[in-house]
Amino acid sequence: MPKAGVARIDARFQALRAEGRAALGIFISAGDPDVDTSLAILKGLPAAGADMIEFGMPFTDPMADGPAVQESSQRALKAGMTLAGVLEMVRAFRAGDQHTPLILMGYYNPIYSYGVDRFVDDALASGVDGLIVVDLPPEEDRELCLPALSKGLGFIRLATPTTDDVRLPAVLKNTAGFVYYVSITGITGTAEVPTDMVTRAVERLKRHTDLPICVGFGITTPDQAAGVARCSDGAIVGTAVVKTIKASLDAHGRATDATVSDTLGFVRALADGVRGARR
Amino acid sequence: MAATAQPNSLRAGPDSDGHFGIFGGRYVAETLMPLILSVEQAYEAAKADPEFQRLIAYYHTHYIGRPSPLYFAERLTAHYGGAKLYFKRDELNHTGAHKINNVMGQALLARRMGKNRIIAETGAGQHGVATATACALFGMECEVFMGAEDVERQKPNVDRMRLLGAKVHPVTSGSGTLKDAMNEALRYWVSKAETHFYIIGTVAGPHPYPAMVRDFQAIIGHEVKQQMMAAEGRLPDTLVACIGGGSNAMGLFHPFLDDTQVELIGVEAAGLGLDSGKHAASLNGGRPGVLHGNRTYLLQDDDGQITEAHSISAGLDYPGIGPEHSWLYELGRVKYVGATDEEALRAFALCTRQEGIIPALEPAHALAHVGTFIGDRPKDQIVVMNLCGRGDKDMGAVMPKLEAMGLLS
Ligand SMILES: Cc1ncc(COP(=O)(O)O)c(C=O)c1O
Repeated sequence: MPKAGVARIDARFQALRAEGRAALGIFISAGDPDVDTSLAILKGLPAAGADMIEFGMPFTDPMADGPAVQESSQRALKAGMTLAGVLEMVRAFRAGDQHTPLILMGYYNPIYSYGVDRFVDDALASGVDGLIVVDLPPEEDRELCLPALSKGLGFIRLATPTTDDVRLPAVLKNTAGFVYYVSITGITGTAEVPTDMVTRAVERLKRHTDLPICVGFGITTPDQAAGVARCSDGAIVGTAVVKTIKASLDAHGRATDATVSDTLGFVRALADGVRGARR
Repeated sequence: MAATAQPNSLRAGPDSDGHFGIFGGRYVAETLMPLILSVEQAYEAAKADPEFQRLIAYYHTHYIGRPSPLYFAERLTAHYGGAKLYFKRDELNHTGAHKINNVMGQALLARRMGKNRIIAETGAGQHGVATATACALFGMECEVFMGAEDVERQKPNVDRMRLLGAKVHPVTSGSGTLKDAMNEALRYWVSKAETHFYIIGTVAGPHPYPAMVRDFQAIIGHEVKQQMMAAEGRLPDTLVACIGGGSNAMGLFHPFLDDTQVELIGVEAAGLGLDSGKHAASLNGGRPGVLHGNRTYLLQDDDGQITEAHSISAGLDYPGIGPEHSWLYELGRVKYVGATDEEALRAFALCTRQEGIIPALEPAHALAHVGTFIGDRPKDQIVVMNLCGRGDKDMGAVMPKLEAMGLLS
């Protein structure tokens, strides 16, 4: 029986450790630019070299995201995406892939509106393995983090350059799956990843936890992905991917023949970078 | 269900995590958490420091012009023919609204924390102008985020901010109004967390902002209590204030929360009508959710997506409300009603003609509601309305409408 939930995330990182390389995590917004195209991209990601998927739950007010992810979220909402629709897509993906961890990433209000208990159950049943909810810091762990953990869903926390050593234990306490190090003090897609600082930050985090450390916010090229892969357990790319999706759209913002192939082609290039960066 | 235990005092909140019942809290990205905790610590220390309180009192008296008068609106009282109507004249404050009360407190706090770069969001531009003013006074750098639509409809305030040396960032994301300005200000703050202080303009945002802004605005209610005792020898029967994020209302209400004989009424913007779907009435037309760092009533669809607010008044055009109001709403201590765009415009014209006071569109909503009940109240009753801003900023938006409604001479 293949593993599910946080166990699927753990299994993937174990396998990669055995291979001696870091993970490539790819972020897309569910339903961007439309449900069918988005599902085709989602299903193609593992074969293109994504080791892990961050699947964005669109929200009208993504307060930690820059213009590119904001726009992808808007495109998805305009195409009619809902939280129930996101879970439906995950279910369709899971039917064909039992091994690639899928993490839902987004903001709390749609989950709160859906109902926390129902959401945790439905997410697990659909094949979701973990959650990243940007606006739920450890201070609000009772809301969703603890219910999710108790049912075996991973809860991945963001650690940032402003998270000092005093605060770090609180941030790491109820984290399961991996730790997401936000490499810049800012929103997604607004600055480039500073690799030397990331190396030091990952070393600092490693002193506090045995969990894998993945790094994201600001990785745009295969070279940068390789650089991050050399000094961490995973590189997560989002803005550059949704920008590739946007660039492939026609003048009315609709998908074209190039949308799926361009996006997966870019993911393949990132994967080559990460896979070439053996440690 | 067992009855919820009533706290001993309604004025004791929030708890140490910033909760008013289930509302409030700190729902922000990790990047902001250390910063918000440091603001909380600094504010707790400042609050207990007599020197900080002395400074605030100094600027109240010598710069803002406090206390603002409590004015008996004799002609409007006669016009309605019922209870006595008093105006709390916070439109006479320097910069023309209550917003400066809060800004002065937060700017002094920022200075105490050694931060001299300030960020603010603004809707009507009153909070932006107040912030730009305090920054000029204290020699601070100022950047204001304002929805592109609001930049258009409140142009005089944009000019004032620029004249005061502030940089105004028009925000085009989302609906281009106050909610989006706040998103953008928070995003900007995330990227400048180490150097900048964010002066939030209403009783919303993550803890400690709702409590801190309330404390700075509570001067309104404290003065009303004293002034009313001097004028009438007793407390008023009813207090009325408009609600955008809810800061002028909370400032007026808070000192009276435990005086349970005093009726408290908050007036939300009903836009084109509460049934039209085009309004900004979070309590009357929304349900609890999480946005901008706190849990509160929000305008949202079935999927938990935030929907756009509508109001003729830029200062009320917000899909949320301060968390303490959501709590008081559920407790039933404050009654929340709505006034439409058109009702507010009629009250705007009426106030001007009867009292020679051009109110801002925001308190015109409060007056519109006053007009619905005060005539039926006995003449020995007393109603106080917070006249929290002056209407100069609204002339451009209001004149064509009043002309079309036949309300101009
Ligand atoms: C004069 C005036 N009143 C009211 C408001 C609404 O804010 P609040 O509900 O926080 O008092 C504004 C906001 O810009 C305003 O300018």
